[in-house]
Amino acid sequence: MNISQTNSPGANNPIAKVIAWFGTTLGQLFISVLIPALTFLVLWQGYIFLQRAAAPQIVQVLVAIVWGVGGVALLFTVTNWLVVKLPTKIARKLQPFVFVGPAVVIMGWFLAVPVVRSLIASFRNYLGTAWVGLENYKFAFTDPRMLETFRNNLLWLVFGTFFSVAFGLLIATLADRSKAEVLYKSIIFTPYALSFVGAGVIWKFIYTYKGTGVGIREIGLLNAVVTALGGTPQPWLNLTPWNNFFLIVIMVWLQTGYAMVILSSAIKGVPAELLEAARIDGANEFKIFFSIIIPYIKGTLLTVTTTIIIFSLKTFDIVRVMTGGNNGTNVIANEFYLQSFTYNHAGRASAIAIILLLLVTPVIINNIRSFNQQRRGF
Amino acid sequence: MAKSQKSQKSSQSFWTNFVLIFICAMWMIPILGILITSFRPSEEIFRNGWWNVFPHKEDLEIDRYTFPEGVNLDGPITYGGRTATFQEWQRGVQLEDGAKGTWYGNKRTRTIIITGNEWVGFATNLTLKNYKDVLTGKTISYKNAQGQTITRTGNNLSGAFLNSLAVTIPGTIIPILIAAFAAFGFAWLEFPGRNLVFTIIVALLVVPLQIALVPILRDYVKLQLNGTFLGIWLAHTGFGLPLATYLLFNYISTIPRELLESAYIDGASNFTIFTNLILPLSVPALASFAIFQFLWLWNDYLVALVFLGEKNQTVTIAVAQLVGEKGQDWHLMTAAAFVSMILPLVVFLSLQRYFVRGLMAGSVKG
Repeated sequence: MNISQTNSPGANNPIAKVIAWFGTTLGQLFISVLIPALTFLVLWQGYIFLQRAAAPQIVQVLVAIVWGVGGVALLFTVTNWLVVKLPTKIARKLQPFVFVGPAVVIMGWFLAVPVVRSLIASFRNYLGTAWVGLENYKFAFTDPRMLETFRNNLLWLVFGTFFSVAFGLLIATLADRSKAEVLYKSIIFTPYALSFVGAGVIWKFIYTYKGTGVGIREIGLLNAVVTALGGTPQPWLNLTPWNNFFLIVIMVWLQTGYAMVILSSAIKGVPAELLEAARIDGANEFKIFFSIIIPYIKGTLLTVTTTIIIFSLKTFDIVRVMTGGNNGTNVIANEFYLQSFTYNHAGRASAIAIILLLLVTPVIINNIRSFNQQRRGF
Repeated sequence: MAKSQKSQKSSQSFWTNFVLIFICAMWMIPILGILITSFRPSEEIFRNGWWNVFPHKEDLEIDRYTFPEGVNLDGPITYGGRTATFQEWQRGVQLEDGAKGTWYGNKRTRTIIITGNEWVGFATNLTLKNYKDVLTGKTISYKNAQGQTITRTGNNLSGAFLNSLAVTIPGTIIPILIAAFAAFGFAWLEFPGRNLVFTIIVALLVVPLQIALVPILRDYVKLQLNGTFLGIWLAHTGFGLPLATYLLFNYISTIPRELLESAYIDGASNFTIFTNLILPLSVPALASFAIFQFLWLWNDYLVALVFLGEKNQTVTIAVAQLVGEKGQDWHLMTAAAFVSMILPLVVFLSLQRYFVRGLMAGSVKG
């Protein structure tokens, strides 16, 4: 409206007339359609360009980055611009949805709705064409393959979690008393930045086995150490059921740093006066650790343990890269992968996914409960 | 008394450091092993372990002695001033001059190998060839364990590296942008169903993403998004959004109310307040999550495997493929593993402080 007023003195000029026309309601409507259409066109062209993948890779990647990031920013700006154009009352009602809408839609599509879709698929056959009742769950709870994965995941859960938390706690406690704390902690934390695939290569090399014979020198560290101590080299990753533990070592190596960082900051939160008072009373360091520090950081300890338990339930990459789940090392998430993408059995895969979800449900309920307690006045 | 306490303290500190150094060594040696191996020539990797690059004493062959045909080898055998049985010679005998004599193979070889224990490893030859071979997509050739020359196509890790960048950069920024908008909406705007929707988001925090793979892949096949960058960004956005929204909500809802109210009084719109006030104030939280998400995406294997597959393969997929196909090409595997680790390591070590902050806030993620 403003534009038409400011331009009215030059209304006899044809160009100004056009500009004035843009100011009218009809013009506004036109722009309101044109700009989203242009936005759509630009984004669509980018999409076609990327889908065709004809340009040199580096160009594609650059376009991909600009298109992806710019596209989202553009979408938000244009949608907001459109909503603001509406009458104030409606705009105020709609605007929150401009802000939360995209996030809610995407989360709905990628996480919330799939829970329902997987649940339905878990009661259907391998193609999803007919109902089979509890057939897939019967497979999941009785098939020897699945029972093996449950056993192995239990090993991961118990030993992986225990040693990650125990080492994390030990290092956090010891490092707290050392001058080189930051250095020690950085070293232990570093593996956390690595991919499980990369860690897989690292540890596969440690476990590698050349065989026995005259003049063979082992190149795997573990076998070299065993040989140097007078033992015979072993194909560690084929030794059922011990190979599970050799894989769990990798998880401990990766996750200890995480436990250590979180626990370390909790330990630093223990009031110094409390420790001082205990020392004056003559308590030794072990007593202080078990009767003051541990009770004080109990909450954090529980959080860390829960997080690592969830991790151990979903373990996939390590097993996939190291053994492919062979030789008695299969785990739930790997069996899920095999059922969905190797055997193409959507029903069984969905049942396994639902079981994974059920296993973490206590954590979900607990999260919701503590969140609601946290913000009563939300 | 004071003295004994002091000595007790210093012995405690000694043991503390001793244990820590031991554990740190255990944690570092695996990485050191592949770092060194990745710089060794392929034929050397197969010959002996990576620790041989360090100076150490080793039995080196100095000479061979073959007994002439006429010498009787049935009884005790004398050489180099020592007389011993054949079995003893097989195990090795210390000669008079300090060298060691060991029988070579069975008796019919009639040969003793004389070795001396000498320092080696000062002139270790390291090479960048493994990295060159693994980065290129062109034909490469190298010597295998048996000394044969192998010629094949390189793994094109430089291409995979670019793909990983194309996945991670937008895959990090897009969810942050969307989550920041949503967090602002949940924290400061009134709308029906706000409480319920946010509770669902909290519930989604630990939902295993396996639950989504089959249904989403089905959608992607219909939408022809399978194997495209757009598809994987959307997937990573979907899987990362609950945590991002939750973290940013916690942060944004602590921004003082007066600050926003004074901006509203000045006539600023929600959108301007968001872009000019909320976003700049939230930079620390945004950075924490960005590092978190970046590392997660870069190291991701499952999502990339399902939605990208062979087309546009990322570094994790390329490395996993290398491991799966060629179980013994350690020179390539170690170099590839290192290429895949270099960026997360740099990001992680330089921005550790922000990362730890994000980790603390988000220790609920599944």
